[in-house]
Amino acid sequence: MSLFDWFADRRKGQFVGKVTQESEESDGLWEKCPECGQVVYRKDLIDNCSVCNNCGHHNRIDSKERIRLITDPNTFISINNHLTPVDPLGFKDRRAYADRLRESQASTGLKDGVLTGTCEVNSIPMALAVMDFRFMGGSMGSVVGEKITRLIEHSTKEKLPLLIVCASGGARMQEGMLSLMQMAKISGALERHRDAQLLYMPLLTHPTTGGVTASFAMLGDLILAEPKALIGFAGRRVIEQTLREKLPDNFQTAEYLQDHGFVDTIVPRTELKETLTKILRLHKTQEVKSRTNA
Amino acid sequence: MARRFLLEFEKPLVELENQIDQIRELARDSEVDVSQQLLQLETLAARRREEIFNALTPAQKIQVARHPQRPSTLDYIQMFCDDWVELHGDRNGTDDQALIGGLARIGEKSVLLIGQQKGRDTKENVARNFGMAKPGGYRKALRLMDHADRFNLPIICFIDTPGAYAGLIAEEQGQGEAIAVNLREMFRLKVPIIATVIGEGGSGGALGIGVADRLLMFEHSVYTVASPEACASILWRDAGKAPEAASALKITGPDLMKLGIVDEVLKEPSGGNNWAPLQAGDTLKNALEKHLSELLALSTSELRDNRYSKFRKMGKYLESQSIESEISV
Ligand SMILES: [Zn+2]
Repeated sequence: MSLFDWFADRRKGQFVGKVTQESEESDGLWEKCPECGQVVYRKDLIDNCSVCNNCGHHNRIDSKERIRLITDPNTFISINNHLTPVDPLGFKDRRAYADRLRESQASTGLKDGVLTGTCEVNSIPMALAVMDFRFMGGSMGSVVGEKITRLIEHSTKEKLPLLIVCASGGARMQEGMLSLMQMAKISGALERHRDAQLLYMPLLTHPTTGGVTASFAMLGDLILAEPKALIGFAGRRVIEQTLREKLPDNFQTAEYLQDHGFVDTIVPRTELKETLTKILRLHKTQEVKSRTNA
Repeated sequence: MARRFLLEFEKPLVELENQIDQIRELARDSEVDVSQQLLQLETLAARRREEIFNALTPAQKIQVARHPQRPSTLDYIQMFCDDWVELHGDRNGTDDQALIGGLARIGEKSVLLIGQQKGRDTKENVARNFGMAKPGGYRKALRLMDHADRFNLPIICFIDTPGAYAGLIAEEQGQGEAIAVNLREMFRLKVPIIATVIGEGGSGGALGIGVADRLLMFEHSVYTVASPEACASILWRDAGKAPEAASALKITGPDLMKLGIVDEVLKEPSGGNNWAPLQAGDTLKNALEKHLSELLALSTSELRDNRYSKFRKMGKYLESQSIESEISV
């Protein structure tokens, strides 16, 4: 990030790399870890990728912060940021969907729950999508589905490896079946990306559940996850109701999924960029091959 | 014959039906000619039934879609498939009874058929897990679809599930992964795929066998992103608001046709498919044969490209013209 951007953010009253975890300390310079209670200097926390120095707890970060952590400075070029959500069903529960959208847009400064674009990771070009859990729980509606699909199509065309950072409660109910169909649409685009022998990696962050788990989160050539992230298809409460038995303590954590063979590797956030770089470099010969084949 | 299972809104019909039964009984025991009276009452009952079923709310349609006597996958197979051979197992340790498959002939054509299967009663439902497949069910389905792809057999899917099974074992075995892989792989298949929502289509569990060239739906079938019960308890914080959620979610065939998701809505007999199963079977068979012959006329690449663009178009959003599209991080 340039110094200019940093000042621009300051003017907007937005602290750079703001930790979204709410706590009594969050107004000041100090942050209290929600996991171990340790009070740390906010700047130290941010310098440590918002990971607690004491217990390793990964605080939730927003999409822009995630992009800053992964990409080389000034290399992220967003695409399709002009897509905005509509209210196709005229949906209203206790509140109107249109109002919920406006509120999320105002509080996040985003149009919907995902940022997509191209970037460089230690000078290796890559396509990148980052879901933002702050926007209606990272739920997937038409815009999220369309932006991810376009990004996949773009990376297939440009022969780019692809990383999708997942953080989602699942399909966005307010757009009904259109949301469910985004799962199929994205999976179709991934089929073509795969057919072109290009590398796709989802990074599963806390939480990745429902329709996102049942589509692109589980379709990686390699599947990465953050420590202790909640990852699952069905909600824990639903399962407890059907089973009426106690579930294992680590149920639906990244570690549980790795134990059962559904996650390739768990990557602490502080090592994320380094690990990504290693994996991308190890696949580079493959990438060059598919480029020359085209 | 077993007594018909009645839904709440069908109760006004019961009185009429009881009258008809009584008169029939009387006529059997005496010499009185009641045919005129019977005809009148039967016409009235038919008209009532028609009125009720033409005005069903989405919440009522869910009840019809879940009717225990609504024809199931195996019923349709029995009604119009020849040479049915059920094929078991995912070759990975399980044979899910909630999602079945096999080879059959429909008219002149050999097909591969898969579908969710609920039970008729509690005992059957326990064996069938109420039509909620585990990961092994989805993997069996994919194994069979791959077989169809190798031997150039069109694939017919019958969707009838409250959803994929939500349980410890399902998570352990990767329910999300199993469904996800089906979604991707169904785009790869080179043979025609027709899916029909014969009962209820519950979310990802339905979509897991639902990436098709044509999606058909019976008139009173429903297809939901989340069950209205779950939706109500999350968004309304009140499971009692399920009927409101059912309306808001747009889950009926006509609604989903408007949204560009469903290709054809199949008419049901008055009173629903459970009222006249054979008629429902005819309707479905005719529709499948029509769509099959259309799809079989396409080349492999046309078929796959069309399937891709069909789903590619799904979704509603605004594409604003403004240039403020750059985002700074
Ligand atoms: Zn801590």
